[in-house]
Amino acid sequence: MLIPHPLLGLRDAQEFSYLGDASLLLRPDGMAENAAETFFPYVYLRENPAGLHRELWFHEQGDRSWLVVTRNTVTHEILGAELAGDVVARNRASRDGGDLA
Amino acid sequence: MRLSGGLIDRSRTLRFSFDGKTYAGHPGDTLASALLANDVRLMGRSFKYHRPRGVIAAGSEEPNALVELRDGARREPNTRATTVELFDGLQARSQNRWPSLRFDAMAVNDLFANFLTAGFYYKTFMWPRAFWEKLYEPAIRRAAGLGSLSMQGDPDAYDKGFLHCDLLVVGAGAAGLAAALTAARAGARVILADEDHRLGGRLLAESHSLDDRPATEWIASLEAEFASLSNLRILRRTTVFGAFDHGIYGAVERVSDHKPEPGIQPRQTLWRITAKRTVLAGGATERHIPFRDNDRPGIMLGGALRAYANRWAVSPAKRVAIFTNNDDGHRTAFDLISRGVEIAAVVDSRPNAQAKGTYRVINDAVVSGSKGRLGLQSVAVTRGGQTEWIACSALGVSGGWNPNVHLASHQRGRPVWDEAQQTFLAPADLPGGMIVAGAAAAQGTTHAALASGADAALRALNDLGIAASRPALPAAEDAPLNLRPLWHVPGKHRAWIDFQNDVTVKDVKLSHQENMRAVEHLKRWTTLGMATDQGKTANVSALAVMAEMTGKGIAETGTTIFRPPYTPVSISVLGGGNTGEHFRPRRLTPSHPWAAAHGAVFVEVGQWMRAQYFVRPGETHWRQSVDREVLAARKGVGICDVTTLGKVDVQGADAAEFLDRLYCNAMKSLKTGMVRYGLMLREDGQAWDDGTCARLGETHYVVTTTTANAGTVYRHMEFARQCLWPELDVQLISTTDAWAQFSVAGPNARKLLERVVDGFDLSNEAFPFMACANLSVCGGARARLFRISFSGELAYEIAVPARYGNALFARLVELGQDLGATPYGTEALGVLRIEKGHAAGNELNGQTTAQMLGMGRMVSTKKDSVGAVMSRREGLAADTRVLVGLQPVDPSEPVVAGSHLFAEGATQETATDQGWITSACFSPHIGSSIGLGFLADGAARRGEVIVAANPIQNQSVRLRVVSAHFVDPEGERLRA
Repeated sequence: MLIPHPLLGLRDAQEFSYLGDASLLLRPDGMAENAAETFFPYVYLRENPAGLHRELWFHEQGDRSWLVVTRNTVTHEILGAELAGDVVARNRASRDGGDLA
Repeated sequence: MRLSGGLIDRSRTLRFSFDGKTYAGHPGDTLASALLANDVRLMGRSFKYHRPRGVIAAGSEEPNALVELRDGARREPNTRATTVELFDGLQARSQNRWPSLRFDAMAVNDLFANFLTAGFYYKTFMWPRAFWEKLYEPAIRRAAGLGSLSMQGDPDAYDKGFLHCDLLVVGAGAAGLAAALTAARAGARVILADEDHRLGGRLLAESHSLDDRPATEWIASLEAEFASLSNLRILRRTTVFGAFDHGIYGAVERVSDHKPEPGIQPRQTLWRITAKRTVLAGGATERHIPFRDNDRPGIMLGGALRAYANRWAVSPAKRVAIFTNNDDGHRTAFDLISRGVEIAAVVDSRPNAQAKGTYRVINDAVVSGSKGRLGLQSVAVTRGGQTEWIACSALGVSGGWNPNVHLASHQRGRPVWDEAQQTFLAPADLPGGMIVAGAAAAQGTTHAALASGADAALRALNDLGIAASRPALPAAEDAPLNLRPLWHVPGKHRAWIDFQNDVTVKDVKLSHQENMRAVEHLKRWTTLGMATDQGKTANVSALAVMAEMTGKGIAETGTTIFRPPYTPVSISVLGGGNTGEHFRPRRLTPSHPWAAAHGAVFVEVGQWMRAQYFVRPGETHWRQSVDREVLAARKGVGICDVTTLGKVDVQGADAAEFLDRLYCNAMKSLKTGMVRYGLMLREDGQAWDDGTCARLGETHYVVTTTTANAGTVYRHMEFARQCLWPELDVQLISTTDAWAQFSVAGPNARKLLERVVDGFDLSNEAFPFMACANLSVCGGARARLFRISFSGELAYEIAVPARYGNALFARLVELGQDLGATPYGTEALGVLRIEKGHAAGNELNGQTTAQMLGMGRMVSTKKDSVGAVMSRREGLAADTRVLVGLQPVDPSEPVVAGSHLFAEGATQETATDQGWITSACFSPHIGSSIGLGFLADGAARRGEVIVAANPIQNQSVRLRVVSAHFVDPEGERLRA
């Protein structure tokens, strides 16, 4: 597979290591009253879609960027990749406490 | 027999042997063509029934003529004689026969054919269960399989490489050449790959002219032009075996398979080709038509017979018959006659076929049987219920052509049935960027192939925005096949469909009768297409027979899916040379040269080679060396290379806050110039990794990780920085390889270090336990010093830039002679830490918690940190198992890591399990084996005697529960 790195262009997937669902970006507040309830789904519950999936890849053999890659799990088509930090920033700007923006 | 003409070099003779007998051939021959030239028709035995078999094809689709090649470690089973280029001294042997190819005792299987039918494995080996391992499997293993392995290591080198191109052209026949020419002239970066050693594909096997000249002249003119184009790369002897995601193709180049030995070249190279567009011009494979006893040596595909005559100037016999359902059979007859071969008859299943020359045509007829034990002698021809036997020593069978759409469906696309052309075509959902051309797209005439190849390239280049024009293509034949389907000749007796796996029409019928009708069931029930040739000459015919049984059309019956590899690929080339020492990177510690010169025995620790212990003269057992090293560190001073521990440099205004969120214990309160132990949890609350955190400056920290987790902890830290808290001002870099770091441990550690530091006060007051500093050593070398201890002794870790590491190590040993300075390895390191009760990888195995490690109270509740919330879960918090020390009641008894702990007298089962031993060693300090382990209610059981059970070795040892700190429990030594 080839991953379109937002800074470096198309890079071979072998340069990356894979983490999984990008919902890991939305870490709950550990000091909140209901932390025990919010951390359980954060740590354990994942969607497993047959289709579009936003997921975290680490450019370990490259510039060490964490990327959010949108991939079709059925066809392996990759629709885009962004720096994870940019996704977090956008998410915080528009966040209503819901899903990943 | 050898004919005249052909594309072989008769000026040179090559000697080769088959089953010990010596023959001669010429450059340009394959093993198969050379054997046919020497009138050898019998080349192997079939898989199940051990029936005599000869070659049936002329290319990589060959199912029968599989031979063992070469000798000794280079012996290679199951090579196809049709793709083996002849070289002088080549040795080949037939397979799957005993005692000899002509007389094979296992041929008795043929008499039991009724038992070896479809579903044989499923029906026979169900019961009794006890027979499985003892009888069935060994018996099958002996009887099944074709060639045998050398059982020696592969002596040859393999390589892998990466290629990129605008256009990959798979196949260098008429279509592929036209495509490559079009794209190369347009300036695109082109790769043209073909499994043959010679460009031309089917053009080399035909007698057609191009522009009234032999096709080879046109090919030669192209090759001359290609040689001048630097944007075109030709990969000969290269099979593109798989189409993977995003335009990535796998290909194997057989760099030196055609030589006796590879010399300095690799044997094969694995290419990973990234192509923007691909033209698949892989040609087509001919179908045969199953009839009774259609597997005798001498019965071949018609196109193969023609190829042998035209390209290699050989014929398997002087007198040949043809069986066809289309005009291709007549083309074969024509070419054979023109080369002096006698045509006994052309048996055509169509009613009104016309002869293309002077030979006998029997219309509306089929071949219904054959005779000849080790080679064809005659065929039965049935017409209108009358059967006539015709003498001939070879038969060419033409049933039409199947486009080679394998690569086109490697991405799960299903081939589509085309009723008009009676073939499967490439699926609509092709791998991205692929265009199919030529015979692979059922554009099988030379004219159509050339045109479709050029058109495919134009389409691909247009997609890429590369301007191109259609080259002038030579005038070529454009005769249709006029095929009338005939999938098999009906009859009661066995008619082979899949030669390699011995699947007959009867098996397909039985599969239908037993309701294994779906193609995927048919395949598994009969083993159709599951041999090394993947049923290239069999699958479509079998589907057609099944479609006939079910009454559904072929389109509805469908086909199984094609998967890589297109032809067999050796494990060696997939390894690409990553074997032995090259299996993975080997990392050497900075003191490796010194250690290697001083008796070190090395051990692999992940990618690292670390000194395990240093053997001194007179030491004959590793324990002698290790005990000496341990005692030296306890009594004098020991020196150990600990560079492999991960090091991460953390800088920035928010570095303290960042580390506070990563470690479960408080880090913000750490003062500059001090070090603190740090424990990291996983977000699920389990303990993950530990190390030290040194604050070298206001905004500058160096943290360490365990050796094993150096990579993953760094990855996690970057995740936290970029994904969780991008608002923090902090920067990270791994410096594991940049700094050499040595532990200097023992009562004399300070005295030794005083001899290398440049005017640095090492007194306990100036540089207390857990202090750290930047300094210089040995007259100006930059260094870092940490007063930390993993052994329980007065200890330091000193770091210098990696390039000074070996020199510093040597200097420390040399300067410490009188202090008892002793290098120690990982074994002594382990003993020292077990004696002190320090947790390491065995204790931090992902199943344990801070609480179990006795560090539960370290997990701060005043801050949020990774894993803190989940570590307070009921299930984890309620776990009473805790790290304890264990000592055998009888000091002569062993303590074995992995043993499980039980109360004395208790039954030993899961329900009564109270924990396990994590680490164990012989402690020279205690004078017996000791261990660390997790024990239920361990904190309250000091002094109790328990039992360690090791049922694997039938051991049961009584242990006393003691403090995990076997050495200096008050910690006075390390603060001294």
